[in-house]
Amino acid sequence: MRLRRRWTIAVTVGLVVALLLPRLGLPTFFVSLLTQTWIIAIAAMSLDLLIGFVGLVNFSQAALFGVGAYTVAIAATRFHVTGFVPGVVLGVLAAIVTAALFGLVALRAEGPGFIIITIALNEIVWGLAYQWVSVSGGDNGLTGITRPMVGPFDVSGNAGFYYVCLIAFAVSFGLLMTIVRSPFGLVLKGVRETPRRMRALGYNVWFYRYASLMISAAFAGLAGVLFAWYNQFVGPDVLSLDRSTQFLIVTILGGIGTLYGQLFGALVVVFLSNELSAVTQRWMLVLGVVYFVVVMYAPGGLVVLVPRLWERLRGRRVAVVPAQPLLGGDE
Amino acid sequence: MNGLPAAQADAAGDICLSLRAVSKRFGSLSVLDDVSLEVRAGERCGIIGPNGAGKSTLFNIVAGDLPLTRGTVSLLGRDVTRWSAHARARAGLARTFQTTTLFPRLTVVENLVLALQAHSGERFALLVPRSRYRARDGEARELLERVGLVDRANEEVSALGYGEQRQIEILLAMAQKPKLLLLDEPTAGLAPADASLVTEMLKRDRSGLTMVLIEHDMGVVFDVVDRLVVLHHGRVVADGLLEAVRGDAKVQEIYLGGTL
Repeated sequence: MRLRRRWTIAVTVGLVVALLLPRLGLPTFFVSLLTQTWIIAIAAMSLDLLIGFVGLVNFSQAALFGVGAYTVAIAATRFHVTGFVPGVVLGVLAAIVTAALFGLVALRAEGPGFIIITIALNEIVWGLAYQWVSVSGGDNGLTGITRPMVGPFDVSGNAGFYYVCLIAFAVSFGLLMTIVRSPFGLVLKGVRETPRRMRALGYNVWFYRYASLMISAAFAGLAGVLFAWYNQFVGPDVLSLDRSTQFLIVTILGGIGTLYGQLFGALVVVFLSNELSAVTQRWMLVLGVVYFVVVMYAPGGLVVLVPRLWERLRGRRVAVVPAQPLLGGDE
Repeated sequence: MNGLPAAQADAAGDICLSLRAVSKRFGSLSVLDDVSLEVRAGERCGIIGPNGAGKSTLFNIVAGDLPLTRGTVSLLGRDVTRWSAHARARAGLARTFQTTTLFPRLTVVENLVLALQAHSGERFALLVPRSRYRARDGEARELLERVGLVDRANEEVSALGYGEQRQIEILLAMAQKPKLLLLDEPTAGLAPADASLVTEMLKRDRSGLTMVLIEHDMGVVFDVVDRLVVLHHGRVVADGLLEAVRGDAKVQEIYLGGTL
């Protein structure tokens, strides 16, 4: 009960702060970075559903994200479909269909095999985006994407679009939290823990992995759609392997299997990469060191590290949380 | 009626598990060679044999974890030779594992709920919190009360002692409400006191459940089963009532001077 109340307080305070930020005279640049944070956090949560709850380390998350982004860009620039609802629906559906195809190939393997296949799939989609110039614009990408009206609201401004992404994040977080706490979510955790026993209990492990890929893709696609509108430009880098790696870093940095940790992971990665890249060209190196330190000293992620540092500052000792295995799969 | 003579239908329904001429080779190594076996409903059958006799391989073939090289497996009158492990489980087969195979980072109750909800539609409930299904947790607690582990209900399985984990291992299979239960060395690695807890648990089951039991500990075997099958080098060398097999000269020889 006490824990629940703390949660309610934390979420309420966070939401109020998040709602007020653009109204408190925060520079546009920071509003823009925060908008990016909400988007990256949605993508990272979608990946955390797979890694933290099903035990699938998917390296093709950027492809799902990118398919969402390209779909909304192509719909807008070639077919003049520019509405908010059609954009979201088309982008999310395209990502789900892509995941349905990916799953047929990738789920033939487990563990490291699954990772390698998803890397290959991501590269294939990247190759398509790069070389199918007549559809994707190739290396030049697609420009001229405008932010849609959301009902009566004009969200083309920075503050307006900030709220769109904040709400999308909140809704995604709520839905994902509900899923992992449902009976279906318990099945996913069982698949993550011990697929062999799940089969012995009568669960079709393949089906649950397949379904979770598509659920995850829906959120990755949504993030991609928002990113296309945020950036107003879509190029092959939205679905590069680098981006898949970025999602993975955000997910692990925040704390695998938490869903809320990904928000902090996104915050750190988005702000550090933007702030540092203004200072030094070697910002990737610094980010790498941060990542290394967190994984070494707090494998549970920032959501474990920060409270622990806080407790240490107050002179208390806290038990070390053991690392969670990254690779599920059969023994 | 469905056209089958009544007697024939009865006979088919009476046989719980039937293996016909089952062989398994790993490359050039023959692990099971022409094994035929029938287990009737309600029977408690023990399978013994020295290490490497093929006992665990036999279980993995029956459960669908391993494909066989030749032969057929029938479960409750249906040919399940080509069925997946989960399809066989849905048809009424449950098994335990020699090395404890639970869900270590889930609580004891969650472990049991996974077994209890396996055949229910709620496993697809995506947007409903689990707290809506309190009855399941109650069912799990009832099972735990039976073995006196209810006070560990909300602990992670990894926090339990080995003996407790072995009990949960069996409880999980029983929670599936199976028609046939395969027990792969249920007392493996247990101290005598813990082993007798597990034996008691099996003896206490009066539901008429059909069981096939692999065991090294002869005490457990003689306590629980009424029929004994002896495997040696992948072949059935003896099969019959407990007392008869116990006195069999060939069996005595395989266990080299060890009195059964």
